[in-house]
Amino acid sequence: MGVENKIQLAVEHSLGRDAEFSLRLNVLLPGRGITAIYGPSGCGKTTLLRCMAGLEHAEHCRLTIGDIEIGGLPVTQRQLGYVFQENRLFPHLNVEENLDFAFKRRFSDNGPSKQQVIAWLDIENLLARKPNQLSGGQKQRVAIARALLTAPRCLLLDEPLAGVDSKARHPILRHLEALVDQLNIPMVYVSHNLDEISRLADHLIVMDQGRLIADGPLLEMLSRLDLDLTRQENAAVVLNAEVLNHDDHYSLTQLSLGSSLNSDGAASSVETQLVVGRLAAAPGNTVRVRIPCRDVSIALERPSQSSILNILSGVIVGIERVDGARAIVKADVQGQSVLARITRKSLEHLALETGKHVYLQIKTVALLSETLD
Amino acid sequence: MSLLPSDITALWLTLQLAAVTTVILMVVGAPLAWWLSRSESRFASVIEATVALPLILPPTVIGFYLLMAFSPDNFLGGSWLALTGQSLAFTFSGLVVGSVIYSLPFVVQPLQSGFQHFDHKLLEAAETMGAGTLDRFLNLIIPLTRRAFATAALLGFAHTMGEFGVVLMIGGNIPGETQVLSIALYDHVEALDYGRAHWLAGGLLAFSFALLILLYGFNRNKGLKS
Repeated sequence: MGVENKIQLAVEHSLGRDAEFSLRLNVLLPGRGITAIYGPSGCGKTTLLRCMAGLEHAEHCRLTIGDIEIGGLPVTQRQLGYVFQENRLFPHLNVEENLDFAFKRRFSDNGPSKQQVIAWLDIENLLARKPNQLSGGQKQRVAIARALLTAPRCLLLDEPLAGVDSKARHPILRHLEALVDQLNIPMVYVSHNLDEISRLADHLIVMDQGRLIADGPLLEMLSRLDLDLTRQENAAVVLNAEVLNHDDHYSLTQLSLGSSLNSDGAASSVETQLVVGRLAAAPGNTVRVRIPCRDVSIALERPSQSSILNILSGVIVGIERVDGARAIVKADVQGQSVLARITRKSLEHLALETGKHVYLQIKTVALLSETLD
Repeated sequence: MSLLPSDITALWLTLQLAAVTTVILMVVGAPLAWWLSRSESRFASVIEATVALPLILPPTVIGFYLLMAFSPDNFLGGSWLALTGQSLAFTFSGLVVGSVIYSLPFVVQPLQSGFQHFDHKLLEAAETMGAGTLDRFLNLIIPLTRRAFATAALLGFAHTMGEFGVVLMIGGNIPGETQVLSIALYDHVEALDYGRAHWLAGGLLAFSFALLILLYGFNRNKGLKS
């Protein structure tokens, strides 16, 4: 990915009478995939997105996509798709007319066709309905479709799942995941939900009080001990793993954390493999798995009598004491990071320190996506 | 017994006056009402009060001041004379100016209330789709506040139809130029011709009533549907 495809964003903006809140941020975003903007509520992430779209008149806004500077343009000319937290469908138009509103005003003819977008978001049977006849999840799918039909340079999403009940979230996430493969435009996804971000994002920007705290590739960011991300109760790392083979007898699938099979055909060591419930993906495919820190424990020797199937071998690369009782241990497994949250008592009892070789017992491995390339 | 040719002329003139006034009021009133519905400046309440004045003031007071303003010695009357070669007082154009002011609140207030209930977030969404100001006005604001527009147009039209005091002061009683229905009615009563007066009074009453039934029926049905 060359620098010329990247999105350059520099914003300065003050809100409130005496500039009670100010946004100062200068960051480079990848030109493809999903970049998540994460932070506590009130940190300015939505304001940042609104500044990008021009909906908020920032004192200073530089936004360069590819080599086109759009930061000074009015909203109507920035050619960015925007999906709002509240769907903002036009109530006097039915679903198809809402889509047509966007399609008739599309910024270029290179965008997806109506049929494509309708199929991607599975809204064929909703076309004749008015927005007030749709569920929250359906409304948001239509809103995403509508934003895509303008053929935007970049799609901005402001917590699109916040107003959607948890049951309806899953299908929307699935649609969004699939969209990344269909579209060649970058997406910027604002959220305070780490689960959503872990599933969708490739790149992560962490904000607090209007400032950039850190940014980088998602997998790296989720295991950084210096960030608040890893201290949260539901902290988890995300790993890329390759499907090795399926065990039909026990209905399990074996995954490898190493890059691939060795050239001489020898399978990667059992100590860098994970076992999950039977997947549909064929061997050779890459999947994304999520391992919660609280579900990882540490042993100095490989346990032989245990119900836990997933035991990885790794080397400690960092230790961070969280509070009085607990610590987070970061271990490297084949170049990927696994975090374990353990008690300080165990930390001292096992005399854990950087460089030490350990076994990581993993209770749960959650599959995030089956299609990831 | 039917309408006299002079009554027909007055009716036609009145309809023309109401139609022209309503068109001007919609064009002037919509942006004004939009601004009033959005503005947070203190100045806005002064404008709001000014717009509402015709609701309170005796029409003769408005008529009197307009008559003064229409005088060729004053700015309005003088510039109109210089521009058109005509006086504003005692002409159809003068009546239109008077009617626009007199009926302004009947158009601005329903529009303002409609705009206040309009969800402005929808405009942002349309903006991100590249819809410009006029595009948003025609395709979002008008269809979503169509009840307010219908109310404003019907009230403005009906109120202008029934205008009397202002017309009397600035228009006088020139058949075919300024003699509107209410003035013709007044003439008949003055002449003790109650039969003809009934025709005009009853006609205006029936017309106004029908217009209001139409308006409220429309609003009620829409209200029940949504």
